[in-house]
Amino acid sequence: MLRFTIRRLFQVIPTIIAVAMLIFIIFSVIPGSFASSLMSDGKTASDPEMIARLNEQFGLDKPVYERFGTYLVGLAKLDLGTSFRTREPVTKVINDRIWASLKLAIAAMVLAVVIGVPLGFIAALKPGSLLDSITMIGAVSGLSLPQFWLGLLLMYLFALILGWLPSFGYGGGDFKYLILPAITLGVTPLALLARTTRAGVLEIMNEDFIRTAQSKGMSNSRMIRWHLTRNVMVLVVTTIGLQFGSMMGQAVVIEKLFAWPGIGSLLVDSVSIRDIPVVQGTILVIVLWFLLINTFVDIIYAAIDPRIKQT
Amino acid sequence: MLKSLTLAAALLMGVSTASLAETPKSGGTLNFVAPYGSSFGTLDIHTSPSTQDEFPAKAIHRSLYQWNSTDSKPELELATEVTASPDNKVFTYKLRENAVFHNGKPFTADDVIYSYERIANPKNAFPGARYFSNLVGIEAFNKGEAEHIAGLKKIDDHTVEISYSDPAEPGFDLMNTNAAIYPTGAGEDPNFITHPIGLGPFEFVENIPGSKVVVKKFDKYYKEGQPYLDKINIVLLGDASARDVAFRNKEIDVSVLGPTQYVAYQADDALKDHILEVAEVYTRHVGFDTTKAPFDKKEVRQAFNHAINADLIIEKLVKNKAYRATGWLPISSAAYDKDAKPYSYDVALAKKMLADAGYPDGIDVAITATQNESWGLTIVEAIIPMLAEAGIRATAKPVEASVLAEVVPAGDFQAYMWSNLSGPSDYAVMKCFYSKTPRSSCAYQQMSDPAFDKLFEEAGAETDPAKKTDLLRQANDIVQEDAPSWFFNYNKAVMAYQPWLHGLQANATELAIQNYEELWIDDTAPDSRK
Repeated sequence: MLRFTIRRLFQVIPTIIAVAMLIFIIFSVIPGSFASSLMSDGKTASDPEMIARLNEQFGLDKPVYERFGTYLVGLAKLDLGTSFRTREPVTKVINDRIWASLKLAIAAMVLAVVIGVPLGFIAALKPGSLLDSITMIGAVSGLSLPQFWLGLLLMYLFALILGWLPSFGYGGGDFKYLILPAITLGVTPLALLARTTRAGVLEIMNEDFIRTAQSKGMSNSRMIRWHLTRNVMVLVVTTIGLQFGSMMGQAVVIEKLFAWPGIGSLLVDSVSIRDIPVVQGTILVIVLWFLLINTFVDIIYAAIDPRIKQT
Repeated sequence: MLKSLTLAAALLMGVSTASLAETPKSGGTLNFVAPYGSSFGTLDIHTSPSTQDEFPAKAIHRSLYQWNSTDSKPELELATEVTASPDNKVFTYKLRENAVFHNGKPFTADDVIYSYERIANPKNAFPGARYFSNLVGIEAFNKGEAEHIAGLKKIDDHTVEISYSDPAEPGFDLMNTNAAIYPTGAGEDPNFITHPIGLGPFEFVENIPGSKVVVKKFDKYYKEGQPYLDKINIVLLGDASARDVAFRNKEIDVSVLGPTQYVAYQADDALKDHILEVAEVYTRHVGFDTTKAPFDKKEVRQAFNHAINADLIIEKLVKNKAYRATGWLPISSAAYDKDAKPYSYDVALAKKMLADAGYPDGIDVAITATQNESWGLTIVEAIIPMLAEAGIRATAKPVEASVLAEVVPAGDFQAYMWSNLSGPSDYAVMKCFYSKTPRSSCAYQQMSDPAFDKLFEEAGAETDPAKKTDLLRQANDIVQEDAPSWFFNYNKAVMAYQPWLHGLQANATELAIQNYEELWIDDTAPDSRK
């Protein structure tokens, strides 16, 4: 298992380098620069001298290959560069925001798993029942709802009409500020998990080994515990991994809407102002998060189903 | 000066007067919104030209001058008097003796010189360096030949002399928040960027990146009795829909409104009486490259102006959240010509002018524009069919805001749509139409008119403010006649505020930026604010 884990972790490195290269090239060729973004509000008149000084200060006057080399050397030392805008290390800028993102992603995923997986199980065990119909209608709705619109609806209902929760902000980390963004972000994975779990359970219920177990007189609870759950978990864990991994990227809109101070909203601001070191660092963190989660999922596969380790 | 105030500003004065009539009450917490993004870029305001970064900076720092919204001019803030030489090149300031920084250090002339040299230092590449580009000795300082700028001289601890090479109006530059006065050496302290210290009415308390900056009342602020508020939460809320919910839910005390919300708030009995409006110093326009055909011909540029029903667009698309532009200088400008009439909507005349200019079959034009709803693609899409009727076949060329700011100064456009600063210094903004100003500075359209140049040069040499304003008014009329742009509108900035909030100022330079020390809340505020 240890060798398998180390091998999977090492596979992350070339992916990171490829992503770093891709991001660097994209942001080197697209038009617009940090200096020009400072004048984009039409308030500040263009100042060629200042632009030249800024480009020199941030090394933007050097050739792309030289900048990329410097960037890779820094990356190897876990130095993501200096933010053009804040003039602070990118690692600090991201560190200031990453924990809020993690908090939101974890809360949304916990919500999705705790509600979505049991709902899918129950619906599958009673196919065609009222509960099954309600669950599936809810799941389809949850998958179809635009998150931005859902967020606004929740804000309107729970903040403005009922007055139970704050409509925006972080509030120094108070739990009540987390609820609405977490629900908004968690609804899509919740719906997906419910549907996936239901489909998985129904498929396995039709397998020969389940019929064999039933014909041998195994109790339903024992069958679910020993045969059904273990087999369904591979599919469920895959879905959780993919959803959890992509959650930081998905959170961009939610963070912007609820003024949640995560790296998603940081990314949006940084792209518009062409703070390239922060954009690169933020995307790398999002990609790294996805890779690590899915590597972790692969390791869990191996624990759930030892056959995977051998392939 | 009152005559230069707009109707809107006059109405606003009514609001201010009503507020002043009541006795300000001390205490309470204000939840003020910074609506232009999801983060503050920096707490070191010298490094930033961004309005968003001004929200906390305006609470923490103070500059030598401050904008007076009532009189529409810069006024002394950190100095009690200024003496100008007859040629307006040398200015001697008597600094406030009762001002202290938040760390207890008294404010002196050394702090002024330190701050200005830090901003001007070419190694720092700060946006405010241009404020000092005309100082005596700046070239030697920039080249590293002089350690200090000769034009900044300490006379004594509370007197400083600033010398310019040409006649100057220092107030317009030195009132900017990014020309704030720091305590000597503060900029080099690594802790300063996370815990800024200033002369402002509020002390920094905490910054939750991406969420809010909290400031508290500074007890030793130099203005007696101010500030009134105990604390301000300057919260980030960039999304307009979320801001609307938060405002209606009374979680925030002010909200900047877009066109759609402006209509909704005006129609809502609970909200319509607490809306603040002002004609800001921004002119929305489509600028033409006058160095190339077909816009090298004045008749073509004027035909473009005649071909568009601007009033209809302002009513239907901008929801009347704008004032029709007649020329470049906005309504709040002292040199605004109140008798000037906008170009008439006259398609037949536009067609004739095109034909007279040698384009009987019309012209093709690409308009570079961003996604902005008030001065971007939405407007361009609306004018395309109007232009087509006159024979101007226009297409939209969408770009991001930062790209627009790159291609326009580079001259890489045929026509562009933008909202550009058109005040508060009439002289400074009219420089953008002077033929000797490089395109890469602000002369994007490259207008070249000897009559304008003559008036502009005369205005530069004129020391009598009234005569100078009159010259600039004439120059603005020439700009209108020369039509280097389609003059669309002047921005009407609109801010909704809660009924318990008082003291807001009709700031034409940027409505959302307020002098926080003048704000106060009354007893009707919710408990969370008390």
